[in-house]
Amino acid sequence: MLQILHNINVDWMGKRAIAYTISGACILISVLSLILHGGPRYGVDFTGGTLVEVSVTPAPSVDNVRHAIEGAGIEGAEIQRLEKAEYFLIRMGVGASGKDPAPAVRAALEKAQEGSTVEIRRVESVGPRVGGELRGAAIKAVFLALGLILAYVAIRYDWRYSFGAVAALFHDVFIALGAVSLTNRELTLTVVAALLTIAGFSINDTIVVFDRIRERKQSLRKEPPAKIMNIAVNETLSRTVITSLTVTLTVLALFFFGGDVIHDFSFTMLVGVVFGTYSSVYVASALALDTQLWLERQGKKK
Amino acid sequence: MTKSDQRKFFFTLAGVIVCLITLWPTFQFYALSPAKRQEVLQARPASATNDEDRQRLEKMAELRDRSIKLGLDLQGGMYLLLEVDKSKLGPAEAKNAVDQAMQIIRNRIDQFGVAEPSIQKQGDNRILIQLPGLLDQGRAKELIGQTALLEFKLVKSDEEHRAILDRLDKYFALRSSASAAGGVALPDSLARPLTSRFLVAGQGGESFVLTENVAAVEAMISQVRADSAFVLDATFGWEAHETEREARTGRVFYVLTADPLMQGKEVQSAQMRLDLDEQRPGAPGVSFTLTSRGGATFADITGANVGRRLAIVLDNRVQSAPNINERIPRGQGSITGSFTEEEAQNLAIVLRSGALPAPVTVVEERTVGPSLGQDSIQQGLMAGAIGAGAVVLFMIVYYRLSGLVAVMALLLNVLGLLACMAGFHATLTLPGIAGIVLTIGMAVDANVLVFERIREELRNKKTVLAAIEQGYARAYRTIVDANVTTLLSALALMWFGTGPVRGFAVTLSIGLIINMITAVGVSKMIFDAWSLRRKVNSISI
Repeated sequence: MLQILHNINVDWMGKRAIAYTISGACILISVLSLILHGGPRYGVDFTGGTLVEVSVTPAPSVDNVRHAIEGAGIEGAEIQRLEKAEYFLIRMGVGASGKDPAPAVRAALEKAQEGSTVEIRRVESVGPRVGGELRGAAIKAVFLALGLILAYVAIRYDWRYSFGAVAALFHDVFIALGAVSLTNRELTLTVVAALLTIAGFSINDTIVVFDRIRERKQSLRKEPPAKIMNIAVNETLSRTVITSLTVTLTVLALFFFGGDVIHDFSFTMLVGVVFGTYSSVYVASALALDTQLWLERQGKKK
Repeated sequence: MTKSDQRKFFFTLAGVIVCLITLWPTFQFYALSPAKRQEVLQARPASATNDEDRQRLEKMAELRDRSIKLGLDLQGGMYLLLEVDKSKLGPAEAKNAVDQAMQIIRNRIDQFGVAEPSIQKQGDNRILIQLPGLLDQGRAKELIGQTALLEFKLVKSDEEHRAILDRLDKYFALRSSASAAGGVALPDSLARPLTSRFLVAGQGGESFVLTENVAAVEAMISQVRADSAFVLDATFGWEAHETEREARTGRVFYVLTADPLMQGKEVQSAQMRLDLDEQRPGAPGVSFTLTSRGGATFADITGANVGRRLAIVLDNRVQSAPNINERIPRGQGSITGSFTEEEAQNLAIVLRSGALPAPVTVVEERTVGPSLGQDSIQQGLMAGAIGAGAVVLFMIVYYRLSGLVAVMALLLNVLGLLACMAGFHATLTLPGIAGIVLTIGMAVDANVLVFERIREELRNKKTVLAAIEQGYARAYRTIVDANVTTLLSALALMWFGTGPVRGFAVTLSIGLIINMITAVGVSKMIFDAWSLRRKVNSISI
């Protein structure tokens, strides 16, 4: 029998100060990054604007592309070369060109380099009002998802546990958002989709641990809560790690082989899965324990 | 096998067979050569000329409708969200404007020849158009977005033209502070703020403005139009194309009667032709024929205005302004100008299908070119194969035969997921593929939970049979809890997401629901069948 993490007996709860420090530091970094970047860097989905992906053969330099675009009267375009030298991503604000942007970009690039082939690979153009609406819809979806998850956890578990679970969920989603900001990636619809999936995954992991805590509370009535939690975390540890491993394997495959279009999605998922695993082992249970201990102290005072 | 095990087995078998039957058209479709597949995609039974042809095309259309379709992000195509500007319509007109616009746009797209266009109303004043496949984006957008309001207006005479320009000059001169000086001879640009920007003013019923001044003149004109105190019994129109005067390029500016004598609703047919312009043989243009009622009106108008010029105005641009030499009885006319053949073809289509009841603007566009779509399919499949392969390998190495059972359950899960997509006519997008890949990673979780539990029970010296029973029984509740929460967030995503993102939520949700059946039911069944047949005292886990 091939086994990892069998018969472990780690005093997780005793060392929860370490976890709080790590989590605190990660959240602080996320907050700082978001502040320094002036909030998340919204993609055209949310701000409105146009994104054009072109392939130009033979491949010009980024400067040549910029010159050509500016020469066509398109102001303030942002140009980025993709993994292939011929592929460029051009971002423009709303109404930067006054004309239909994709044909204008194509014409400008064809004119700038005699005899080159220009192909429009992708256009994403969102009007300012639609951008605002998509932003509203995304916010609604996030709250709806969180609300539903909260309601479910509240029904199924003691509310003292719900607090830990929900805190862990926010922790994971926020750190993933921080990582997106830190690496200067854009917040797009697909990244929001990744954040919501992380929310589901994070709570999923936490629930497995909580189920075990509940089970052990019944079989080990006399033990102190910290010990029960340690036992539950240790017993479910191999499952937690294996599941995260299989999910991570698939996310890694998407990250390395899935292409540019879903690159940011898989990156966000990757961060979320790693932190989701850590937080369900540590943050969720540790917070549940502290909530419980705090409540007991309050009870004694009275 | 017990009776209940047998029932489960047949139930599963029936499920697998149903899935395979549902997926058969998809398999057939993607086994075709790319050229043949394109033909199937474009099959339109309505276009058939004889019965044999119709049957053949109907078969193709059925195959197409019953197979899993690729989203626009994978097969390439265009997603356009249009907004109908109802601000200038009365309440009665506004009510039907969007439906009318949809009908007209559908006609135009049908004539353009796109396989399987999708046109839907969204909310109060929006139209969502999805055009799959290869197409000329610029041309498609022009075709869809053009209002195509055709009007006939009389060109004002030189005297009227100059008088109106004069009034405008005075209007602007009065408004600029310099005029208050009085008595002093003003520089030209201040005395005649408008016409000083004209190269030619009011000759032969037209003026000429150099290209660099067009924007400034246009701004002044719209300023006058916005001023309700300034009453003017005329409209202005620029010629659609730039021309040259005195070897300099610019645009012709017309002063026209305020109300159209006639509108293009009366167009019966329109064709692109190459022989309309005598001076430029071979130059593309559009000839049109009016309905009999329109023809009669047209005959009256032309008869009453012989010797004057008639402007043919399309979307507020003057296409041409020929002289009326005589009464034109049969209602035939033509539009010429510097068109390319494609533009002329577009114009013929939009004239035939009629004008939109109100202008539309594109508020959201997502276009994916065929090469990116192809790349995405390859990368998606590659990532899926590697991800799934890694998970399968891990499960078999770690859990041995039990791992194999889990992999079989996983296989059934993916089979069921694809069959559901075919059955529900869902489209497969790139995020959808990501959803499937992610489902594979998450789905084995249920079996991991069970297996870890079985191992625990075995360590507690339970018999194999008891360990299996206990493992499944205890893990089940956790599996449901864990899946429900992920489902909840996927549902939220489905509700708000557009296009591809919704595809992700759909595949993830279906995958997780099926997983609760396959990972627990099917794998348990295999274990039972295996362990009950012999007296087992060891298990490969």
